[in-house]
Amino acid sequence: MDFVYHVEGGDFTNAGSTSSEVKRMLKKLGVSPDIVKRTVVALYEAEVNIVAHAYRGDITVDLEEDKVRIVLADEGPGIPNIDWAMQKGNSTASPKVREMGFGAGMGLPNIKNNSDELNIQSEVGKGTTIEFVNYFNK
Amino acid sequence: MTVEEIATLVQGEIIAGTEYKDKKVERVFASDLMSDVLTLKDYDNLMLVTGLCNLQSIRTCEMSDIEIILIVRGKVVTPEMLELAEDNDMVVIRTDFSLYKTSGILYGAGIPPVY
Repeated sequence: MDFVYHVEGGDFTNAGSTSSEVKRMLKKLGVSPDIVKRTVVALYEAEVNIVAHAYRGDITVDLEEDKVRIVLADEGPGIPNIDWAMQKGNSTASPKVREMGFGAGMGLPNIKNNSDELNIQSEVGKGTTIEFVNYFNK
Repeated sequence: MTVEEIATLVQGEIIAGTEYKDKKVERVFASDLMSDVLTLKDYDNLMLVTGLCNLQSIRTCEMSDIEIILIVRGKVVTPEMLELAEDNDMVVIRTDFSLYKTSGILYGAGIPPVY
């Protein structure tokens, strides 16, 4: 079952609303609280990244019996060096993003910590796609 | 310690979730950096103390399963923040005290930190 949500770059008012909906959905399905938390923390970090860095993006949530697969595909500047961006403390966030309590270079590492599988593809000048999977029964 | 006792200690007021004034707070984490809050492990009855006063501080608590948030430095909490907090059955307390003073009072009163 697929659900698709649209996210606008720079829209900090609504940043997190998709994560909020997905949290409600997973809770309603009876997914265990620790898996719900891991999933929505990873999703929220990635959703904020779209708002903070990209022009726009789509989030596809694919719910399967044993897992949730989430793909965040954005149109934006892309990440020139993913290995660099995955290291704690490395960030290109604007002062506005930092004012919102983010931009400390902890987002991508935290997505990794809160997902069972993670794949990041990026093309400079085009955009970034983050895909992660969390299993319900580990 | 209860939410109501904490509000009294910091000379603050409960501005959302007054029906949960008897809820217990067992640990406190203080930060203006939401990225740090998002790295916390699960703790029952955890309260966030922060001077970051915007929708993302409420959202971050929602994602982190933190149900009690104490806003310091006399920041103005917007109606949108209160609505989001109430939608998520959260308690919001506000105080004019600084982050340092608030943390000192709560630590002195015996509420342990997360780490």
